[in-house]
Amino acid sequence: MLAWTIYITFFGVLVLMFLPRDNARAARIVALLTAIAACVVAFAGAIQQANPGEVTTIVKTPWIPGIGANYYLAADGISLVLVVLTGLAAVSGILFSWNIEKRTKEFFAFYLALIGGVYGVFLSFDVLLLFVFYELTIIPKYFLIARWGSTRKEYGAMKLALYSFVGSHLVLIGLIAAWVVAKGQLGHASLDLIELSKVAFPIAFQHWVFPLVFVGFAILAGMWPFHTWAPTGHVAAPTAGSMLLAGVVMKLGAYGCLRVAMVMFPEGVRMWQGEIACLAVAGIVYGAGVALVQRDFKFVIGYSSVSHMGFVLLGLATLNTVGFDGAVLQMFSHGIIAGLLFGVVGRMVYDRTHTRDFNDLETMQLGKLIPFAGVTFVIAGIASMGLPGFSGFVAEFQVLMGAWTVFPKLTILSGVGILVGVAYTLRAVQKGFYSDAPPKPADPDHPLEPISVPERFGAVMLIGASLVIGLFPGLLMNWIEPCFNSPLSMFARLLVKGGSQ
Amino acid sequence: MNPVNYLQILQFAAPETIVTLTVLVVLGADVTVLRGKSIAARFNVGALLSILGCASAACLAFHRHIEANLFNGLLVVSPSSDFIKVALLALTVFTILISTSGKFTDHVGEYLSLILLGTIGLMFLVSTEDLLMVFISLEFASLALYILTAFNKRNAKSAEAALKYFLFGGMSAAFLLFGFSLLYGISGSTNLREIAAGIAGKGLDPLLLVALVTTVIGFGFKVAAVPFHLWAPDAYEGAPTPSAAFIGSGSKVASFYVLAKIFTLGFAGAAGSAVWHGYLSGWTPVVAIVAALSMVLGNLTAIVQSSVKRLLAYSAIAHAGYMLLGVLSNTPTSASAMMFYVITYALTTVGTFGVVTVVEEATGGDAIKNFAGLSRRAPGLSLCLLIFLLSLGGIPPLAGFIGKFFLFSAAVSAGANLGLLWLVILAIAMSAVSFYYYLRVLKAAYVEDAVENAPAIKVPLLTFLALALLALLVVLFGCAPGLLTQFL
Repeated sequence: MLAWTIYITFFGVLVLMFLPRDNARAARIVALLTAIAACVVAFAGAIQQANPGEVTTIVKTPWIPGIGANYYLAADGISLVLVVLTGLAAVSGILFSWNIEKRTKEFFAFYLALIGGVYGVFLSFDVLLLFVFYELTIIPKYFLIARWGSTRKEYGAMKLALYSFVGSHLVLIGLIAAWVVAKGQLGHASLDLIELSKVAFPIAFQHWVFPLVFVGFAILAGMWPFHTWAPTGHVAAPTAGSMLLAGVVMKLGAYGCLRVAMVMFPEGVRMWQGEIACLAVAGIVYGAGVALVQRDFKFVIGYSSVSHMGFVLLGLATLNTVGFDGAVLQMFSHGIIAGLLFGVVGRMVYDRTHTRDFNDLETMQLGKLIPFAGVTFVIAGIASMGLPGFSGFVAEFQVLMGAWTVFPKLTILSGVGILVGVAYTLRAVQKGFYSDAPPKPADPDHPLEPISVPERFGAVMLIGASLVIGLFPGLLMNWIEPCFNSPLSMFARLLVKGGSQ
Repeated sequence: MNPVNYLQILQFAAPETIVTLTVLVVLGADVTVLRGKSIAARFNVGALLSILGCASAACLAFHRHIEANLFNGLLVVSPSSDFIKVALLALTVFTILISTSGKFTDHVGEYLSLILLGTIGLMFLVSTEDLLMVFISLEFASLALYILTAFNKRNAKSAEAALKYFLFGGMSAAFLLFGFSLLYGISGSTNLREIAAGIAGKGLDPLLLVALVTTVIGFGFKVAAVPFHLWAPDAYEGAPTPSAAFIGSGSKVASFYVLAKIFTLGFAGAAGSAVWHGYLSGWTPVVAIVAALSMVLGNLTAIVQSSVKRLLAYSAIAHAGYMLLGVLSNTPTSASAMMFYVITYALTTVGTFGVVTVVEEATGGDAIKNFAGLSRRAPGLSLCLLIFLLSLGGIPPLAGFIGKFFLFSAAVSAGANLGLLWLVILAIAMSAVSFYYYLRVLKAAYVEDAVENAPAIKVPLLTFLALALLALLVVLFGCAPGLLTQFL
């Protein structure tokens, strides 16, 4: 059933392509209905899955027998979490781009193509298929930003596309090498992730191939120092574009790190564990520090994304169940919260005021002019700071707990990152909405348009999701935990102390 | 020696014969019935006749399933070479279809028959295992290509390009002939298998080395590999666009097929090894150097081009580098991976040149800026362009990606201990570079706006059908490569 998320979304792209060119309304409605349908399917499929700890096959048929590739879609608890996240992010992104008037149908066609690829990555259990979906997302991203973006859009789009492409090519080198080695060991060609997760690649081989594949994916997860595409890309992108970039695309990278790089090369992870943790914490602290001094509202959120994704990578580097649980939950949580923050800044503020410069925003008193935006941002900020009651708290807390047992010093350092996080969020709230700077008289001829219904829906939906998971983390933990706890799971090799030695 | 059975020759060379008859019919029709008609009418009727001829030849080649070897390897027919002929004929048909709207010549009959004659040369080229026949058919095809390059008599660049191409081509023919004559001297035969037997076990004596290097040089010119590539950008740019498409597609397929055959069959005993830390002299290290240079130089130079045709020429050089990777891996898997890559590449190239033809007609140039706003002016056309260029750049799920995966995985499997990985890493790194310049063209088409009030571009129906079919094939072979690999 979950496979229909992919098919429905791509079908939506097809329908959009055949719509008349100038009917923006029809395009919006088709896109929204498609996204909602896929989201409903994602929820229903996820709830239906009886045992989230196991990999449940959805479809598996031979695709290219010569190289052992199958069309293999399946899902375990981690896929479920991320598929549901994708559904939510897709719907809210469309709600927040209801005002796109320029080439609407093309915008939504690229948008849905991106979403379809993302669903595909989260559901693929064949490495080649996963890679195909992964690269499929690059092109729509590029065009969404280059065509409908703002500040230095062509530069940001090209940078993002090239970073993604270089990253995926690092992955490709590793995959081809691993495919050849695995063929020698298994006696037949295979690209099946579950089969590959049982192959014991030679230690020396893992030593060089793991960092290649891991970094290849981690570039897209915004790992420091390869994060530089993220702020520029987020800022250049149209609102829905940044929401998707931060909401799901960065998760693709982190997911690839976990599902492909780490699962295939467990010894490699152990060898590079410390380095990964260092880079993750560097990202947490650096992202937060840079976010603190930005003048552009969107750059604050862009750098905060780098910081929050650092927690995902730190969780992955812990190699223990608690850390992994936290990392996956943080992917969900950050996807929701970053989407919301970008929605407020990009759609509610920038589309109305046409500025994101704090110096200008300070004089506008937006908290009074568009109170809904102010309140939403405060709530999103609280969630982003990691206050209890919201999803961010549960996730980051678990990551830190997991990390404490392995890297106590680094954990303390990342605690500093959290404190700075509180600082930059408060600064953004204050400067963006509730400044006490002398107000400039509002221009009576151009009053800010009121917050529209779709925006309200989108905001409420995302806040609700974050609150529900913050209050009842069990809802998702019931899917995530069994994946890591079962001794039979594909992650078991990662969690065994000492590994195969 | 047995008496020559002409009927037998005719039977085994039936597809070539059909195409030859088609040439006569097309020429005849053009000088008699079609005399005085409009160019468009002459093109359409001529194209129809040519396509009928090619299609029947292809049907015959596809369905005959015979193995034969005439005159000690002069004419070898096998299902695999027959399939390559089918591919060549298909490429010819597509080339003809994208030429039909051309306004670059009044000599329609001659133009079409030259394309067909070139095809005949290429068809003979793929069905021989004899150096003499290789040389004759290669030159036969090349002569047609030289004239096709010069066919736009109103454009000085066309003549310049043809002259350059001709001089380089002539020189390369000399190199080839020199190498071939040495091989004959060493082994006493012009048959590839006998040559292999003749040079086996003798080690790499200087004479063989010279023969080897000159052969590489000769073919290096033909497939436009660095450092023998200098003619390619000018020829691609100056030639009428459909001719350039033919140079970049059909002639590539046949050249690579025969190149691989000569090296893997003829130089079987002198392969050597190009693996990292395991270098052994022979032909593979030589080809490895040429491949590496082509990938690097082709891709890096393509970045700075502003003319799309020149950009495609440099990208063709880069792609020749990837294909050589398949040759030097020297295993059956890598050979079929290479043929998959070459055929899908050729289809994509014809398609891209088809789009360029239309844009050139409509905007008067082939610079990247002439593509600005194409997605608004001709949505279908630019969708085709998107598919072709992304496939060239290696984006899944298009044929170019899966071809690269086949090629690179075959190459890594070939060397012991992942020995050829260094070349594959280079290739993958360079293909990441290539993505940038393909995206530049697509950016013009999809992101930039056309100049004010630019009218919609009217795409000729036949051309559009051909392009749509090509785009469909590129997607299809990418999603279900089994459709093609079963024949290779």
